[in-house]
Amino acid sequence: MRFPPHAPARRRLEGVAVHLLALLLALVILTPVVWLLISSVSSTADLTSLPLRWWPGTPDLSRYAALLSVAPGSPGAAFLLALRNSLLVALGATGLSLLVAIPAAYSFSRLPGRRAGLLYAVLATYMLPPVALVLPLYAVLARAGLLNSVYGLALVYCTILAPFATWLLKTNFDAVPLEIEESAQIDGLSRWGVLGRVTLPLALPGLSTAAVWAVLLAWDEFFYALLFTSTTSAKTLPVAIADFAAGRAVDYGLICAAGVVAALPPILIGFLLQRGLLSGLSAGAVKG
Amino acid sequence: MSRVGTAGERHAALTRGRAPGTLTRRESRVAWVMLLPVLIVVLGAVGYPLLRTLYLSFTDARLMAFTQAPPWVGLSNYAQALQSPAFQAATGRTALFVVASVGLEVLLGVLAALLLNQRFYGRALARALLIVPLALPTVVNAIMWRWIYNPEYGALNALLTQWHLLPEYRSWLGDPGSAMTMLIVADVWKNFPLVAIVALSALQLMDRALYEAADIDGAGAWTRFWRITWPGILPVLSVAIVLRTIEAVKVFDLVFVMTRGGPADSTKTLSLLVFEQGFGFLRSGVGAAYAYLVVAISAVLIALYLTLLRRQAAP
Amino acid sequence: MSHPRPAARRFLPLSAALALALSGVQTAAAQTTLSALFMKQAAYSEADVRAMTAAFQKANPGIVVNLEFVPYEGLREKTVAAQASGGYDVVLFDVIWPAEYAKNGFLQDVTGRVNKADVPKIFPGAWTTVQLGNRYYGLPWILDTKYLFYNTAMLKKAGIGAPPRTMEELLAQARIIKQKGLARYPIVSSWSQAEALVADYTMYVSAFGGQFLDAAGQPAFNTGGGLRALEFMVQTVKEGLTNPNSREYLEEDVRRVFSGGQAAFALNWTYMYALTQDKKESKVVGQVGIVPAPGARGGAKVSAVNGSMGLGITAGSKNPDAAWKYISYLTSRPVQEQYAKLSLPIWKASYSSPAVTRGQEAVVKAAGASIGAMYPRPVVPQYQEVSTILQKALQRALLGQVSPEAALDDAARQVAALK
Repeated sequence: MRFPPHAPARRRLEGVAVHLLALLLALVILTPVVWLLISSVSSTADLTSLPLRWWPGTPDLSRYAALLSVAPGSPGAAFLLALRNSLLVALGATGLSLLVAIPAAYSFSRLPGRRAGLLYAVLATYMLPPVALVLPLYAVLARAGLLNSVYGLALVYCTILAPFATWLLKTNFDAVPLEIEESAQIDGLSRWGVLGRVTLPLALPGLSTAAVWAVLLAWDEFFYALLFTSTTSAKTLPVAIADFAAGRAVDYGLICAAGVVAALPPILIGFLLQRGLLSGLSAGAVKG
Repeated sequence: MSRVGTAGERHAALTRGRAPGTLTRRESRVAWVMLLPVLIVVLGAVGYPLLRTLYLSFTDARLMAFTQAPPWVGLSNYAQALQSPAFQAATGRTALFVVASVGLEVLLGVLAALLLNQRFYGRALARALLIVPLALPTVVNAIMWRWIYNPEYGALNALLTQWHLLPEYRSWLGDPGSAMTMLIVADVWKNFPLVAIVALSALQLMDRALYEAADIDGAGAWTRFWRITWPGILPVLSVAIVLRTIEAVKVFDLVFVMTRGGPADSTKTLSLLVFEQGFGFLRSGVGAAYAYLVVAISAVLIALYLTLLRRQAAP
Repeated sequence: MSHPRPAARRFLPLSAALALALSGVQTAAAQTTLSALFMKQAAYSEADVRAMTAAFQKANPGIVVNLEFVPYEGLREKTVAAQASGGYDVVLFDVIWPAEYAKNGFLQDVTGRVNKADVPKIFPGAWTTVQLGNRYYGLPWILDTKYLFYNTAMLKKAGIGAPPRTMEELLAQARIIKQKGLARYPIVSSWSQAEALVADYTMYVSAFGGQFLDAAGQPAFNTGGGLRALEFMVQTVKEGLTNPNSREYLEEDVRRVFSGGQAAFALNWTYMYALTQDKKESKVVGQVGIVPAPGARGGAKVSAVNGSMGLGITAGSKNPDAAWKYISYLTSRPVQEQYAKLSLPIWKASYSSPAVTRGQEAVVKAAGASIGAMYPRPVVPQYQEVSTILQKALQRALLGQVSPEAALDDAARQVAALK
């Protein structure tokens, strides 16, 4: 936004205000997370001392050692398995969902026919509360032997991710100028060819946005994971962490450390793909 | 703003000479083939369970007894649910959670976006920070806030008493007067960045000429916001509002980890109630009916928003 | 019972055991494989169960047991949901579930398998955990009730000679301790909206001579001792004698507050005793007394709640013989005595064995009086619904939203309407 050139004093004042507000925003965002970090490296004595000690006497990294050690005799075994499971489920579900969502999104965007209603139906399934599906899904997974399996869970997540990705990709495809496609078609490319060689590369930011959102959604999911996985070989991080905290175990530091480790991958992904996240969303969002 | 036109317009451009919405038979076939995988997922993995749950909702099915066909009870599960004070109360709580959370998220999100659209040192970093709450897993968010609210060792109590804003430590999640508010705070903190990111991306696409014209007209900041900015970002914002409302209606993990519906049911939202009926009381039939009422509520909401969206997308 | 989770350090040997279990799976093809569901809590820790199981497998080379652990809160849901897939052979169950499990044909009736000679050797209170009418649906494994823990140093400073034997004495002593400023809130309890609250309430009901259901099966907890129990609980909150945060506490919070020296009295399960004597977990080592929970004037001499758990064989199990062997092993006297530190044996004779009593004489002495007094929660198939109704009613009264009488009357109406 432009400042009127004739008001330098006011402009400086506004500048100060903007910086102060930005600082406030950063504090609001960072304080809880920083406290989580500090708690994870504070000794239990520091955490439970009154009045509260805001800074640990000596940093205590033992929880991270415990969580990240594969050595026999550490809780890391179960935790790292959950980390692996979460990775497998999130990446598997995302890959599969994008695979089915890309052509569907293209079809909705470029060959709508009279299928707009269908698009909204697909989108509507994304918002269905999982409680409405969970009992029959449980029975189906049980019969297929896919309970307590990362593959089973990944398949279930497709029911969430595929409609969502279809919708997001469709809005992104809409933003790709038609003229480019038209000339490609005149050059003899089929619809599949146009999708693969023209539209998709142009909509790459949107694709990465969809992928990141899908990974974040899958990484985050708790309800299905809680009910469909109970063994360490399939349990995902949210469930493992909720287990940690379920009986309100005394070692708050360990819970916090587990939280930090579980939060790192999505936050890193978010940071790395930040540009795509923003631009992809904006391209998708203009049309709504 | 770089309007790209609606799909209908562009489609009409591509299929010149034909009525909009009609495709050649060949194209129509391609369209269906492309849709097939998603339809299989949607119809198979969502449609079947959905219908099965619908069937269960008309029966007295119990989770224990899978072998026999459950007795048919017609609409009585629905009648029971609608008359149940527990269901009504949970609906009220969920509505409160949705309205308060989403409302605050929109308010804070737009304010943050307006701020981040200004020029200042460290703006790129500030924008990147929005990713942090957004990417933080909900369960981690829940345990983080539960720890902050801890009645004995919580940072909130320590901070407020050290600043003399609170005379003594208190229980935040154990008090029915504050538990829901605390859940809402946790939810808003995590999710206002989504609104902020979406609103910011809309702001960046705003036409500067509009503001320049407003400057010349001597319009104040307030007028500029309501006349230019708000109408400009609203269509985009609706998308974020849809997403957030959908998620908020379904809220489960946050409550499950932080309060499990307590104290004295003061945070028992609809999802928890359905979970309790289906898995706690093993009443699959009643649970299914409850679930369908949640579906109905959600359906009304999404229909509303979709209509809104389409109206805004139209030129 | 709803035992809290152990502190993480107690499942340190987990991966070793895990590796062992996994290596077992590979050679399992020609063997009988059982899968068993346990809870990840403190009475027997996960590591203990794995060690017991490893010993069992060593003694029975033909049988491999796959173990799964879930928190108490998920145990029943998991057990029930897994029936669809024929999931487990052996399941751990809480004393409040057999009525429901049996009614739905979920557990095998093992009456024929129970060794009649063993029946008199095990506490009757333990047997009630697995019995419905005259049928048996498993073997008792964890025998537990709540005890009154007290801080001996605090009582001494307050000039109190002996721990309370009645609720009235508890009230009087708590008042003295509060007056003298020795503890801001002398009593701490687990009164969160959870099963733990109903367990505590049951204990108070037994103290005041109340009952949940009358002879006709109708709710009776809203009159007499049942009402007085809640009135007493509410009074301790109103007077500031019970820590108000109790209303969001589970058992582990109680342990933390008591172990931190912030409370003079705590009600909790057996497992807490050993942990209060552990320097890493507790600031009150050597200052902890344990006695049966108080009775009441005109009511019971001591009070107790049956918080036991049993092991049963699921109806869907294809290997009931091996499963029975496994259950019998886990509940056998030698195994129980070997792991008696966190959970007392079900066997009467164990209580005179030095291996059991050494280092926990006080616990064993308290158990002697408490085990006989263990009071059951309502034995009904819809227990979960009854408990949910009670939890809410109790919390509303404890939070001062309604009077104890109104809360319990309302709950009684709802319980009576259950189908």
